[in-house]
Amino acid sequence: MCSLALFPPPLSGGQITLYEANNELVAGSSPDCYEKQHWDPPSLNFPRETLKPHSRPESSSKAAFLDHKDTLWMRSAGAWYMLAYICSFKELFNHCESFSFNCFFLTFRSDSAIRSFAWHPHTDKFAVALLDDSIKIYNSRSATAPTLKHRLQRNVSAMQWKPLCASALAVACHTCLLVWHVDPSSLSTRPSSGCAQVLSHPGHSPVTSVAWSPSGSLLVSASPVDTAMMVWDVAAENCVPLQRVGGGGVTNVSWSPDGSRLLAATPSALFRVWETRMWTCERWPCLKGRCQSACWSPDGSRLLFSVQGEMVIYALTFSDMTGGPKSAAVVADLSETTFSGIDDITVGGEVQSLAWDPTGERLAVLLKGSSSHPAIIAVFKTRSSPVFELLPCGFVSGEIGAEPRLIQFHPHFQHGALLTVCWSNGRISHVPFYFVSVGRPHTGGSPPLPHITSKIEDYSTTHTLYTEQIS
Amino acid sequence: MLSFNQDCWFVRKVVRWRALASIAWSVLLLPATTTLFVFLVRFSLFHPVEWISECFGLLMAASTIFSLILLCGVVLVIGFFNLEGYTVVPSIPCSRVALLAKVLHPRQCVHSLVHCTVGMMVMWCASVMAGGRYQALGSPCTRGESADAPEVCLNEYHVFLLLAGAFIGYSHSFLGVVQNMNYVSFQIIQQYKYLRCKGSLPWVLKCSAVQSLYAVRNYVALYFFFGHIPRAWISNSLNLPIDSSLHSLDSLTGLLDFSLLYHLWISGAFLLLTWYITVLLFRIYVTEAHRFPVQSTFAEDAEQCLPKVLSEKRTPIMKFLALQDLALLSQHSPPRRQEVFSLSQPGGHPHNWNAISKECLALLSDLTQRLVAHHDAVASNGRARPPSATSDTRTTSNSSVSSAVVSGTEDLPQTPRPSVLLKTPGSVFLKSSGRGISSPLTAPFTPDLDSPFSTPSLRHLAAQQVPQQGQWLGSVQSPHIIRRGPKLWSTSTDSQANGSALASPVPTPSSPPPEQKSSFMAQWLQNRKEQVKGFMAKRVLVVYLFNKLPEASSQALFADSQAHIWALEGLSHLVAASFSEDKYGVVQTTLPSILGCMLSLQEAVDRHFKLPHASSKPVKTSCSMGDSTYKTLRFALRAALKTSIYRITSTFGEHLNAVCISAEHQKRLQQFMEYRE
Repeated sequence: MCSLALFPPPLSGGQITLYEANNELVAGSSPDCYEKQHWDPPSLNFPRETLKPHSRPESSSKAAFLDHKDTLWMRSAGAWYMLAYICSFKELFNHCESFSFNCFFLTFRSDSAIRSFAWHPHTDKFAVALLDDSIKIYNSRSATAPTLKHRLQRNVSAMQWKPLCASALAVACHTCLLVWHVDPSSLSTRPSSGCAQVLSHPGHSPVTSVAWSPSGSLLVSASPVDTAMMVWDVAAENCVPLQRVGGGGVTNVSWSPDGSRLLAATPSALFRVWETRMWTCERWPCLKGRCQSACWSPDGSRLLFSVQGEMVIYALTFSDMTGGPKSAAVVADLSETTFSGIDDITVGGEVQSLAWDPTGERLAVLLKGSSSHPAIIAVFKTRSSPVFELLPCGFVSGEIGAEPRLIQFHPHFQHGALLTVCWSNGRISHVPFYFVSVGRPHTGGSPPLPHITSKIEDYSTTHTLYTEQIS
Repeated sequence: MLSFNQDCWFVRKVVRWRALASIAWSVLLLPATTTLFVFLVRFSLFHPVEWISECFGLLMAASTIFSLILLCGVVLVIGFFNLEGYTVVPSIPCSRVALLAKVLHPRQCVHSLVHCTVGMMVMWCASVMAGGRYQALGSPCTRGESADAPEVCLNEYHVFLLLAGAFIGYSHSFLGVVQNMNYVSFQIIQQYKYLRCKGSLPWVLKCSAVQSLYAVRNYVALYFFFGHIPRAWISNSLNLPIDSSLHSLDSLTGLLDFSLLYHLWISGAFLLLTWYITVLLFRIYVTEAHRFPVQSTFAEDAEQCLPKVLSEKRTPIMKFLALQDLALLSQHSPPRRQEVFSLSQPGGHPHNWNAISKECLALLSDLTQRLVAHHDAVASNGRARPPSATSDTRTTSNSSVSSAVVSGTEDLPQTPRPSVLLKTPGSVFLKSSGRGISSPLTAPFTPDLDSPFSTPSLRHLAAQQVPQQGQWLGSVQSPHIIRRGPKLWSTSTDSQANGSALASPVPTPSSPPPEQKSSFMAQWLQNRKEQVKGFMAKRVLVVYLFNKLPEASSQALFADSQAHIWALEGLSHLVAASFSEDKYGVVQTTLPSILGCMLSLQEAVDRHFKLPHASSKPVKTSCSMGDSTYKTLRFALRAALKTSIYRITSTFGEHLNAVCISAEHQKRLQQFMEYRE
């Protein structure tokens, strides 16, 4: 089992993690201080102040945005409805400990201008959902960045691009599910709302999580207040509700990359793993709290998850032969650790989110911060044979004062893995990890290396420890 | 309807047993629904203890047991009608008159009549169980002053309920036609029957309650205006006088009886619930995935194997289930994929893969043909086109929906023949009128956009063209017009005019080349026909009835597209799996034709969606048992097609550049490889 004590100490003094090469994380003082070799995803910055404030949760301005063509009754009903929603959120938040609009509330914390981020699974293209309810799409091939806006696109909490498709983007909104069809060859910067398909089902709102099947044929959506999760045939706009007793809503759905299993987390201390052939499910009651975040290994055989209130990562291994795992094993201990150096740095805590790169060699763990220490990303190396284990790699840190909010790996980075991090100050940065994947044939013999190597001085001490661990 | 596929092993061995099982389960569910009904109908708020004890007593009573037996009979009848009438390819009426013809078809009339009777029976049971004032047809008269008064009078409440049963029965049958309730759609995901049933039950409950509410509203309105007619008739024929001291029910005071309306609503919901459960269970059972063996070691089982079953045309349900099985095996089971890729033991031929891919490609190219033909028909709408098109369709009018799948490929060799040019409108018309199935009114049954009533100006143009037909035809060089074969989708409307979507499976042989000599006669007849059409087109009602429903032709074109979707999914998953699993490279040989077929279909679909109404979304129907998934099948097909091509391009990547396909397709494929589609 791996623990944070085995890690090289985190950076201090405003240093920024730039990339990984030769099994080391390289730091620099500014994000632009190394020469980039390949396509460079744009590092964007969305300061909160630049966004139009029309959707910020300030009740004073609400009245101005109710439709004045409506009658008085309709307006008052609308206002009451909005108020009721806000109240119910607050109510739930106050009284229900297991309440879990996971990323929903993360973005609602309103320090970051970015609500959600999604890489396209096949091309160098990503979508960013902003606090002002607009979505921007950046493409490596075109200079235009279309902005998607829709009347129903409010409180975006999750997005995902459809696999095996160039254009479809599913967006989980407050009242419905939107599927945008953004023509990649179009030059328009504001696609009309006619390009969006509205999928809604009575009782199924707010939608907080969406997941496309890896074969691109089905879409699963979940709402924490609806006990049923919906399986959509998006093109035909019909859905099949899947309902099981217990749990009370579904907060998070995630499809295994091979498409054979689907994880559905609930707001209570229970999650389910569905097999997607006959759509039966296994119940996994957690003892402590709800399932906070989870990710699948690229071959779909292993599930890593974290539980609220516990500072560990659990692993479940599925195989078709043995009929499934009996219990989850702890694979990493993330309890708070203090690194003593020039100034003591404490890291550790509960897991906010997990991300596993598509080659299955790096695992990024976003650790929740507390009042004493900020949130941080810990990156593990993963090895699945002979036994599954996590090995330490390092911490990824950003600018001073910026905390990571969202992490996601690029789905098809050629030279290793590319981690995209959305920071609380509205910056989106990309951290490449250069390595030669075990699964890939070795072409040149050595991984492509960036030219500049600036090392940290006190790295060597922990370096030995870390190679010991590897051998 | 079963008569023609008696010989099919699948219907004999699988479908019937599934239907029987579904009926058995609906019978077994009857006591539960009856108990629910009894508790609801006898509900009294102020005497809860009395209410419960009374209900339990009633459930044990002999009359209830007898009612249950009667209801079992009803369920059997309904289940039988489900089995007889189900279809996996909906028939879509393209104009209102086609719909009318569907409703008035003798077969449908029998259906409605039986449902009326059966509805009355259910309502009789309901009134017996409801007890009280609904109990019997006769009731003791209340007026006491005149001594000669008869002892027994007509109980109008009972009559009211019985007639309601007949009404709901009829409306169920009627709505069944309008909403295609006999259409059985396949679910997007596989679920076990029990779970699927459990998941759908709340929806069915809600559906029956809502539909019953609508039926009650309509029935009460109807009874208010016409209620006295059946009442007087029954009272006369049964010699039961009407009690004049009571309020008659066709008055406002009589109908504004809340408990009467409540009982009526609950009884209607009970009736619809038992029927809907039967329908639901039938659908669940019949659409359950069936596993066909890919290859068999015994020769006698060969006809039950997947390659053989796929090429079967006469039993649509079997073909659909086979395609579904293909799509499932290609996605989920590597060992069965291995069987598909395997070589035959002596000889080493990939017979399984060849048969499967050939059948899927035939399906897809047939759809491409249909789309091209439809597009040409619509595109030539702007130009003057020979009026033969409408009579042209009649050449295939005897073929059925199931044969529509076949005839596309059959027409292929026909189309380049120059003799099609010689098929002058008049002669075709003559021939068809000689058959005695032609009348000017049948023309709008076809979903062609060139219905003479929709474009009067065009009709005018066409009428002018008639005298100079010879020159005109000589001057036509457009391949579009030459290529225009029989309109395949017209068969669907035609078969619904016959009242059966699964009618005679044998396609008519193509007609002999028409004779030139009768052309004068033909032109004269053509003129008359045009005149009649022109006259009719001026009448508003006729225009209303004959105008084409928007997007109906589009829906009709894609009515059986579920088969195409599975064929696409199956093919693309198999091809993608072959990248790593196909040891002998059997898939590689067919890869160019698969890609070519998919890309031309993609082109045809793209062109089709540029037509008006093709991309308009249908309105969502609220709570009803009718399955409307067929309305969006074309969107599903478009998405499945794109996904399939992407699946192949993303698996093979750069290797696809080595595949021999035409330059145009290569260009299109490049678009897919760059994710620009």
